[in-house]
Amino acid sequence: MMKRLLSAAAALVLAGSIAGVAHAADKLKVGFIYLGPIGDLGWTYQHELGRQALVKELGDKIETTYLENVPEGPDSERAIEQLVRAGNKLIFTTSFGYMDPTLKVAKKYPNVHFEHSTGYKRDKNMSTYSGRWYQGRYIQGQIAAKMSKAGVLGYIGSFPIPEVISGINATMLGAQSVNPNIKVKIIWVNTWFDPGKEADAAKALLDQGADIIMQHTDSPAAMQVAAERGKLAFGQDSEMIKFGPKAQLTSILDTWGPYYIARVKAELDGTWKSEDTWGGLDSKMFEMAPYTNMPDDVKKMAEETQAAITAGKLHPFKCPVVGQDGKEVECKGGANLADGQILGMNFYVKGVDDKLPGK
Amino acid sequence: MVLVEAIILSVLAASTPLLLAATGELVTERAGVLNLGVEGMMIVGAACGFGAAWLSGSIIVGALCGIIAGMLLSLIFAFMTLGLAVNQVATGLALTILGIGLSGLIGARFVGERITTAPHLYIPGLSDIPLVGRILFGEDAFVYLSLALIVAVWWFLYRTRAGLVLRACGDNHVSAHALGYPVLRIRMLAVLFGGGCAGLAGAYLPLAYTPFFIPGMTAGRGWIALALVVFASWRPGRLVIGAYLFGAVTILQLHAQGAGVGIPSQFMSALPYLATVIVLVLLSRARTGGSTAPAALGTVFVPDR
Repeated sequence: MMKRLLSAAAALVLAGSIAGVAHAADKLKVGFIYLGPIGDLGWTYQHELGRQALVKELGDKIETTYLENVPEGPDSERAIEQLVRAGNKLIFTTSFGYMDPTLKVAKKYPNVHFEHSTGYKRDKNMSTYSGRWYQGRYIQGQIAAKMSKAGVLGYIGSFPIPEVISGINATMLGAQSVNPNIKVKIIWVNTWFDPGKEADAAKALLDQGADIIMQHTDSPAAMQVAAERGKLAFGQDSEMIKFGPKAQLTSILDTWGPYYIARVKAELDGTWKSEDTWGGLDSKMFEMAPYTNMPDDVKKMAEETQAAITAGKLHPFKCPVVGQDGKEVECKGGANLADGQILGMNFYVKGVDDKLPGK
Repeated sequence: MVLVEAIILSVLAASTPLLLAATGELVTERAGVLNLGVEGMMIVGAACGFGAAWLSGSIIVGALCGIIAGMLLSLIFAFMTLGLAVNQVATGLALTILGIGLSGLIGARFVGERITTAPHLYIPGLSDIPLVGRILFGEDAFVYLSLALIVAVWWFLYRTRAGLVLRACGDNHVSAHALGYPVLRIRMLAVLFGGGCAGLAGAYLPLAYTPFFIPGMTAGRGWIALALVVFASWRPGRLVIGAYLFGAVTILQLHAQGAGVGIPSQFMSALPYLATVIVLVLLSRARTGGSTAPAALGTVFVPDR
């Protein structure tokens, strides 16, 4: 059995790598650097789905290559350079930690175009792209507040970085718009990926009285725990309903496909230029998984909020935003917080009953 | 369910893979072999265990396949370090890297599939006793198996002649050889036992803990098991304490955060490792009394014929 499995798996991998190289030489070569394995069911998997959508759309004009399991930091420089040397003209580096290595390689090869996901450093030949996931979190907050019987949400955080903190704040603002007295318990697991620890955190939150689990970590472990205990949860990055058919309320789905297609088309047309894209629901940079396991009125509310955000009528960080200390946060973006304030968020909003680590 | 009971149940589940893997490594190291490939053997055990359980629909088949997979991988280690007398540290590290890659290859087919977890035991009457019933009689069988195993290992090492011979190989392989004991064969059996335990520990994760397979799901537990053996100063009794202490600190820090205790989570996450360092310092200061590392640990033995 073992042997058959092994040989089947080996054959698959061989077929994959051969398919990656055996193509005509005059096609545009597009490269991808992935953080995890494509089978991580989360972050990297969604980027891979984006690449597959790209191939489906423009497969006759381009040739794509990906390198998976590339560690963040200086090591990734070699991997990126390897893609350059293999003749790739447009390279997507899909994790925050590739920022400086990508920039370094970009300076070295001015004729190659680079696209870095979730970073903030750009150059003439290096764009950045990311999603306004806090919009989705606001909707989730509303749903959670409606669905929670205990009035206590359980939130599993990875690292206290601005993206995660703005997610917690958006969730709370959404939840407070439904139930001003909503409470949240936050557990930082200090890892993006450790299924065991994520499950333990989910159990701890449920044991302490939370009845809705929300996560900003990558595996479906927390969803499974919620499902086992008959509680509700939100997925993360990708569709996790398989792990909790009766538990998943919705999930923020990263959909990179449309962006990848647009950027490669621009490259093919010769109109590619360095840009800073921070796409929200309106640009389809991410979508909400179907609203499930909730009554119709909650579903209707979620859909209306989603429509309002998409149309630009509702902004989760609409001023005034009140900080944990009860003081109003300076409003630098007119009617709403400025993008920079959201990207660099390092405070909790009022009602979060937790101390920000390191503060 | 009372909160204390819930916490203890979580601690039991979190400690079990650590205890299983560390038990195997303790026996391996007691025989004088340092196998740093625990993480690799664990993750291959997880991939094969999950795959087998998914295909067969049986947790027991999954556990057995996990054990066999760990043993097969440790056989490579035994061949290299005992047969060819290659450096144990380098081989062990290579084994981990090999295991992580191999598990991804084997597991690729099963990513996204799910199984039902190992059932929790239920003994009518006993499991219903308030507070202690679920803890003592109501967890999955792996939890009790891991405890039975460490008791058996203790009995074997300190109460049987074979255990004495194994320890002799670990403390002074030249003398053991001179007395006519087959040092390499004994060491190979110890390595195989370690591999089997690591494979089972790995299989525990997708079979009972988080019932799905994802590459890299052991997330460093193999390294913790290695540290635990040192923490326990190579003694089975202390190993149990160490494993449960590690599990308890991990779970308690999560609960402390949820309850809003104002200690930084980063510090709490680092606590178990801090404890290991402190124990190591204490051990080296009190070298005279307690038993420390097996004297021949990590050294290569080539019998002169």
